[in-house]
Parts: sequence; C-alpha cells; structure tokens
Amino acid sequence: MNNSELAQILIRAVEEADSSERLLKAVQELAAAGIEEAVPTLIAALGYNNPGAAVAAVDGLIAIGEAAVSPLLQLIDDYNYGARAWAIRALAGIGDVRALDSLLEAAKTDFSLSVRRAAARGLGTLQWHQVPPEKLEFVQTQVLEALLLISQDSEWIVRYAAVTSLETLAIAVAVTLPDKSAQITNQLQQMLDTDADLGVRTRVRFAQQNVQQPQHQQAFAAKTKVEDAEVSR
Amino acid sequence: MNSSPQKFEDLSPTGNFADGESLTVEEAIANLESADLGLRFYAAWWLGRFRVCEPAAVRRLIAALEDEADRTPEGGYPLRRNAARALGKLGDRQAVLPLIACLECSDIYVREAAAQSLEMLGDPVCIPALIELLQVGLQGEQLRSQPDLSQPYDAILEALGTLQATEFIPLVKPFLEHPIELVQYAAARAMYQLTQESVYGERLVKALGGEKLQLRRAVLADLGAIGYLPAADAIAKAFAENSLKLISLKGLLEHQVNNTATGTLSAGAIKIMNLMDSLL
Repeated sequence: MNNSELAQILIRAVEEADSSERLLKAVQELAAAGIEEAVPTLIAALGYNNPGAAVAAVDGLIAIGEAAVSPLLQLIDDYNYGARAWAIRALAGIGDVRALDSLLEAAKTDFSLSVRRAAARGLGTLQWHQVPPEKLEFVQTQVLEALLLISQDSEWIVRYAAVTSLETLAIAVAVTLPDKSAQITNQLQQMLDTDADLGVRTRVRFAQQNVQQPQHQQAFAAKTKVEDAEVSR
Repeated sequence: MNSSPQKFEDLSPTGNFADGESLTVEEAIANLESADLGLRFYAAWWLGRFRVCEPAAVRRLIAALEDEADRTPEGGYPLRRNAARALGKLGDRQAVLPLIACLECSDIYVREAAAQSLEMLGDPVCIPALIELLQVGLQGEQLRSQPDLSQPYDAILEALGTLQATEFIPLVKPFLEHPIELVQYAAARAMYQLTQESVYGERLVKALGGEKLQLRRAVLADLGAIGYLPAADAIAKAFAENSLKLISLKGLLEHQVNNTATGTLSAGAIKIMNLMDSLL
C-alpha cells in the first residue's frame, strides 16, 4: 500500500467515526502517519469540539510542518474561535515565519484568550533563521513591541505566555541587540515587582533564571541528554 | 472553588465581559434596588465578577440574601443565588453569618452558593452548620441506604476540606461511596485536604481517565485546588481543554511556591512550568 492509499483509508476512518472515542482514535492514527494529504482532514478535526482529537491533530500538523502552514493561515480567518486557537497552536509549534503577521494580530487583538495565549507563545518559537538577515532586527523589534503590549493583558495566562516568549527572545537577541535584551530584562523585573498573579510572577523568576544563565542551561540540557542516553542503553 | 462547570465562567472565550452591559460601580450598587428584577440579578453578578468590595455593595448584597421579589416558577430565588455567589468573591467576613443563615434556604442552589462562598471566606465558624447539612445524607457514620440528593453535598464537602474540619473526617469519608461521581470526587478532594494522604489524590488522578468530559473538567479543578503535585503529568495528558489543564497546573504551581520557604524555585515548580509551557 502506498502513502496515498493509506491516507485515504485513514481519512475515511475519521470521516466515518460515529463516537467521540472512535474519532479520537482515528485522528490519532491519521496524525501519526504524518502524510501531507492528511492536512485538510487534520485541520477539520480542530473544529470538532473534541479536545483529545484536536490535540492529536495539532501534533500531526506540527509534525508535517511547512506543508501545513498555508492551509492553517487560511483557517485563521474562520469564525470558529475554538478551531482558531488550535490552528494558532499548530502554527506556533511549526514556527514558520510566514505566520508572523497572523500571530502578531491574534496576540494583540483577538477577543478569545486562548487564541491570544497561543499566539503569544508562538511569537517566542519563531524560526529566526528563516528571516533574511537584513530584516531580522526589524522583525524582532516588532515581536518585542507586541510582547511588551500583551505582557499587560488582563488575563493571567496571556501574560504567562508572553513571559515565555520574552524569555526566548531575550536569549535570541542577547548578543545581537543588547539594548533590546536590556529592555526585556527590565520588563521582566517590573512584572516580578507588580504582577498581581503568583503563577505569572513565578514564571518570571524562571525566565530570569534562564535568561541569566542560558549557557548553563544548555550545558545542563546536553548533560541530561547524555545521561538519558546512558540510562536507555 | 467548587466542582460545578460554571467555575470556569471567567475562562470561557464567550465569557468576554466586554459583550455584557457596561456599568459603573455606583450604577451596579444602585441597580441592586432597582424595580427591574433583571437589573438587580445582573448587578449582583457584576459586583462579584469585578470584585467590588465597597461597604455599600456588601451591605446591599447581604440584604439581597433575604429577597422575596425574584422567584422562579419552582420557588427558587435567583437574586439570592447571585448575591450569595458574589459575597464569596468580595471577601468581606460580615457576610459569614448571613450566608450561614442561607444554608437553611428552601432553594438548593442558594444553599450551594452559600456553601461555596463560605468556603471562599474561610471562616471556620460555619463548620457546624455545614455538618448539619451533611448529616442529612447520613445515618450515623454511614450513607443513607436510599441515597439522598436533597443537599449540595459536593459544595459542602469541598468547604469542609478547605476549612480544615479535621474532627469531622468520619462524616466526610462515607461520601467517597456516594452514587454521584461529582460527590465522590468532592469527598476525595476534602479527604486529601484533611489527611494529606496520597490515596485520595490518586483517586482523583484515576478519575482524570474517566469517560465523561464534564467530570474530567471537574477533577482538573479539584486537583488544582488541592495542589497535588504527583498529578502533574496526568493533568498535562488528560483529554480536556488546555485552558482547564493550565488552571489546574497553576494551582499545583502556587501550592509548590507557597510551600517552599526559600527564594529558589523547587524542582517541582520547574517541572510544572515546563508542562504549562507545553500547553500554551
């Protein structure tokens, strides 16, 4: 059986699923196959109001990667905010910079907090190497401005997500744009001093720790991987 | 904190208050005595939602606990329910005795709201009144042979757990076997809070794998409320909305931070934050 035949069988199983459990299983199998032809069906699964199936579909779309980006971007305009949040999550997981404008707009203006949350996270997981070097500073400045704005969102979880992205951006620009890096450090400190939410403040402390010692973190992560490999052997 | 689905009201994307009627604090307080019952009902909700802790708001909400004007066809008291819910959020202990009086109201939803708000206000003076309601479901220290459904047992049990009513553990424990699953979970949650024994936390973890989404949502809230760290991975993997998993994990995180004396982040806190990051 070739990929196309397999895709047809797995897609039909999703379309014919008659219970939420069967749907979940069918979407999981389709997602695990990692076939490009599955993209429209996986995207449809984001709107089924079945959180388990949506999680599996997001994972599948992230694994497929670039080929899923333009169909996902089309879905962002959809009326279904539930599906929109999952689509933004998938785009954030892929990190393709073609999604930048959608992520910026969603993070700053979407009425749904789960969309703003996913978009805020996505701004920190962009693949910077895809940006032409001469545009990089402009784009990173745009992202920083958006993150500074949404780190004052009224919802704690959006601020929490913004902190995770301020962290990765600070590490990305530490050497290239030291003044931006300092701006992020200041913002984090201000949030630690003034944010009303203990969960957000705790995430800020974690971010400060990671920004201060990214080298240590990386060394530690590498060491852990070696140890894991030894254990699994 | 309670196990009913509306506890997530502030979180749902449709719960965007910008859509609602916009009020000033003065208008909302004045509306509690409006001739329009709909405006009164909305004002009581609004004062709680925006946590308007002004003395005038508290005073009028307490008065609204004795409202007779707003009735449902079944004899319920909509304004009393909203006023009781709001008073829990405002954190003013003047409301404690009036809310205890509400535990005798004929409307079960008023009794439920009162129990939830008494839990939030955290004053153990209400424990005997809660125990009296709990005992309606018991014969001695056992459940009634004909299961009783007349009281909001889940709210009562959760309040007793949060209020650390440890001397009444023998009366809480039988509800682990109550036929309604939500009541069982509330009992497990309370038993964990009263004993710190992991067997009760594990019971909730097991329930996360249950079939009904509605129940899994309730259990996520329960685990967040008790801050049960060993549940972290199961919460992250549960089949439910990420928003609810994030709130649950935040409960675990805050519990970790509040129970760590030093300024450093514990390994548990870091583990939880890594899980939360993956769910954003």
